[in-house]
This record gives sequence, structure tokens and C-alpha cells, in this order.
Amino acid sequence: MFGYVGFCGESPLTLTVTKLAQGLAAGQYSSSELVDDVLRRIEAHPELNAFITLDSEGARVGAKAADAARAAGRTGPLLGLPIAYKDIFCTAGLKTTCGSRMLADFVAPYDATVVRKLKAAGCVTVGKTNMDEFAMGSSNETSFFGPVHNPWDKDRVPGGSSGGSAAAVAARLVPAATGTDTGGSIRQPAALCGITGLKPSYGRVSRYGLIAFASSLDQAGPMAQTAEDCALLLAAMAGFDEMDATALSAPVPDYQASLRNDINGLRIGIVKEYFGDGLEAGVADAMWEALREYERLGAQLVDVSLPNSAHALPCYYVLAPAEASSNLARYDGVRYGYRAPDYRDLEDMYKKTRSQGFGSEVKRRIMVGTYALSAGYYDAYYLKALKLRRLIAGDFVRAFAHCDVIAGPTAPSIAFALGAKNDDPVSMYLNDIYTIPVNLAGLPAMSLPAGFVSGVPVGLQLIGRYLDEARLLNVAHKFQEATDWHARVPAGF
Amino acid sequence: MNKEEIEKIAHLARLGVSEQERDAYAEDLSRILGLVQQMNAVVTDGVEPMTHPAEAALRWRADAVTLEADRDLLLALAPQARHGLYLVPKVID
Repeated sequence: MFGYVGFCGESPLTLTVTKLAQGLAAGQYSSSELVDDVLRRIEAHPELNAFITLDSEGARVGAKAADAARAAGRTGPLLGLPIAYKDIFCTAGLKTTCGSRMLADFVAPYDATVVRKLKAAGCVTVGKTNMDEFAMGSSNETSFFGPVHNPWDKDRVPGGSSGGSAAAVAARLVPAATGTDTGGSIRQPAALCGITGLKPSYGRVSRYGLIAFASSLDQAGPMAQTAEDCALLLAAMAGFDEMDATALSAPVPDYQASLRNDINGLRIGIVKEYFGDGLEAGVADAMWEALREYERLGAQLVDVSLPNSAHALPCYYVLAPAEASSNLARYDGVRYGYRAPDYRDLEDMYKKTRSQGFGSEVKRRIMVGTYALSAGYYDAYYLKALKLRRLIAGDFVRAFAHCDVIAGPTAPSIAFALGAKNDDPVSMYLNDIYTIPVNLAGLPAMSLPAGFVSGVPVGLQLIGRYLDEARLLNVAHKFQEATDWHARVPAGF
Repeated sequence: MNKEEIEKIAHLARLGVSEQERDAYAEDLSRILGLVQQMNAVVTDGVEPMTHPAEAALRWRADAVTLEADRDLLLALAPQARHGLYLVPKVID
């Protein structure tokens, strides 16, 4: 309904994945033409710093193969679609840096399962997007490769950690990208850049080949212009995987089939704790406007409470660093990645390699995690946080007894200025107060564009029951049928 | 957090820390731990710890070789390797 916006003349790149699939199928353009257009646009916008690695040659080869397959009779909604991967997804033969000096020259020996599946569906890899180092950050400023700039206002952050993917989709450099979300890293940058992002239920998408940050929280998902596009991408990404012990065997439903379901009578839970202190007034106004739109669509607003959500931030900042300190112990300068050039002995090599290879936020979190897990502190920090996690997850179970989805802000504020929150790690962490509880509980959630404040986008977060991605996508799609926030393109793109 | 604590944790994490960094860590970690200590306000007696969102029993598989590693490919990723082995500084005199 709101596909082509026309800011970029003849380029079909402002189109959604869904429209591109139709155009490709109808022969209006080839995958090779699309890929050339993508590469031209990426190269025309180096100021965003959205990409770490571009694979022009591989993309052209991939597009040609997709065009040949189509000529030979193959079909499929993602056949020939150019896509970018957050640089945390391992890609065989193409650099995977995770935004870190530690892996600046690392070439993975295999594809992540998500990459393998999207390739099998016909997607063409164009490159790897910038991100906060090891996905630790909410502004994309911790990347070893420099910050990403928000396409709506280049002096502002795009959010993080999947900031490169969000900026690239928002600027229509690519029609779709992947992200990962440990505490909000798909949803928060989606909100700040004005795109649609989905964090699936824990276990819905395989984590094999994602560089691990916090293994009980990490989950991969799609980032695109619309919920309809996210439905197409999730269908290709989701499913059981032998290679991930936590990947669920539950069948992947037909997300397209339920996308257009009527939402008359839908009960939307409004979390009172999500509208309290700390929420910017402009963001709150946009939220209420979005909720009124849902009422016009026949939904009913229900008050719910997540009384323990205030404890989610401290809980997360024990558990995520604890898991990270263990996961990142593998970077020792022996098997792959950076090794310091000069050292006295083995221990000195470890210490120099790790202090030179990691940036400051990553080191801070390794230190916090190591402390929380060290002798004498385990019960006070780690065990206490695990108990709080149970209480936080329990809140959602009780809330969902009264509603079908939960709606509220994705982030407490709009995109802030680059450098504004670098002095105090805790002020940066507050960006994720509404997203973190969802990861702790393992639930699916989305962010979708819901208006503008000071010329930059605001995101509406929808949270669903465990494995209820189909409903989330349906509820998001109905909003996007009735509004055009998701179709807005930043000036100059 | 004091200097000694920072040094002890940095050693456990095998991170080298300069003197200036030590002061910055002491300040940052104290702030983060200040945040984390808000957890103490919650009574959690009798609450079962939740380690994972998917608490179902882990899947079993047959004890069989499913993946053959390509030794040369993997060793090619190493900062230093020789004679099919990873090279590290001497650990035994």
C-alpha cells in the first residue's frame, strides 16, 4: 500500500522485500540489476559507516546465479534478494569482525546456519554491517571500525548494537538485513532508525555461527522496512538445527497466512511501568497516538503490570557480563584472531593480546562478569540475578493471562547525539530498560515505526507470548496497513 | 572498588591493565556494581533460579562423529602455527 516513495528517482531500492519479490518474479528487473543498484548506493553513502565489509564481487556472482536459477524455472520470495548480515554472523570466505580489533582479519571457516538458510532461500550477500564491538553497546559507538551515523540526522547515533543493519535499511541501501538481540540490539536500533525489527523467541532461530555474547539471551532476527517483510525473512531463518542444542524443534508456522487476520477484539496490554519516569514526553505522546490507532482497528487496551521490570537492568548487567566473560575467554591469541606482537611469556601474551584486542566497553563487561562469578561473590550476584530472572519471566506469564500482546515504547528516548552518553556506562545502559526484560524471559518482540519527534523516528514495541511470532507479525502488519510511518525515507536517501 | 580488587579481577580475566586504566575501571565498575546492587532490594527467598529461557531437558544425540574438522583450514586461522600445531610461548623450561 505504501511501497514506492520515490526519493531516489528510478531506484527500485525504496521498495520492500515483498514488492521486490513481485518485481523480480515479473521480470521488471533482474537480481543483477538490483545488486548493482545496492552496491552503487552503499558506495555513495560511506558517511554512514554502515558497512564493515562489502562483497561486490561475491554479490554479483550470487545475483547472476539467482537470475540463472530463475531463468531455469526456480521461484521463491527471496530468490535474488540482496541482503546484508550484521558482522556477528559467520560467513565462509568473507571477513567476520564482530566490530572488534580482536577479529579484524578473521575469516570464518563456515557459514552461520542463518546465512546458510537465507542463501538456500536465494538471498544474495552484499556485505557485513557495522555493529558495537561483540554486540556490547546501544549506540554503535563501541565498534573498532568507528561509529555508524543515523541517516535521519547524521549527528545522532543509530542505536545498537545492530546499528549498521538498521542504518542501512533505513537509508534504503539494502532492502533487508539481519541483526542479533541480547538486550535490545535489534529493536532499539530499529526504533532509532525508523525500521521494523523482530527479535524471535529464544530458540526459534539457530545461534550456530553467531559469535557468542550471552548465550542464554542471544537471538538472531530480521530487520526490514515492514512486518510483512520480516515475516518472509523469519520463515526462512527459523527452525530446528542440529548444530544448536537450544534450537527448538517446534514447527515454523506460515507467517504469511495469519498476517492479514482481523485484530478486532485483540487485547493489548499496556504496562504501567513502561510509561513512568524516564520516558521522554514526545515518545510517550507517539505511543498513545499509536495505541489510539489500534483502538480504531478494534483492539482493546488492557492495563497490565510487570512489577519486577525495574530490576531487569541490574539483573541483566550481572547475567550478560557473566556469560560474556566466559564466552570471550576463547580469545587468547592462540587459535584465531589477534595476537599481541611482543610478549615475555604465555601469560603476558594472553594479557597483552586481550587488552590490545578488546575495546573498553568489552573489557568493562568482562571485568564485571569475572567479578560476579568470582569466589565469594557468586551467590550475591549471579545466583541473585538468576532468581530475579525467574520473577521477571513470571510477570510476563501473569500479564499474558489478561492480554494477547503487550505494547509500549521500544526505547525511552529518541536517538541521542554521538558522544552524548560515553562518560557513564550506566546512562548508556538505560536505553534498554524496556527491551531487556523480554530477553530475560525469552519472549518474541518487535519494534515498528510509530511517529517522529524532533525529526527522528520513534519505535513502538510489541511483545508476544512465547513462540507467538505469527500474532506479533499480524498485529504489526495491521498497524502498517493503517499508517505510513514505516514508508518514510530520510532526506538525501 | 579499590586498586587491589581491580588487579585481582583483571588477572582472573587475563586482561592487562595500565595504571590509568585501573583508576577508570575502579570508577566505572563501582558505578555498574552500584546499579547491580539494586537487586538486593528484592526478596528472593525460595525463588528457583532461572538459568535459561528454554528449560526443557537438552536433546541427546548418538555418540557418533558428525563433523570432520579440516585441520589445515583451521590452523590457517592461527596467528602462529607450525608442523600442524599451534605455536605458543614456551611454558616448561
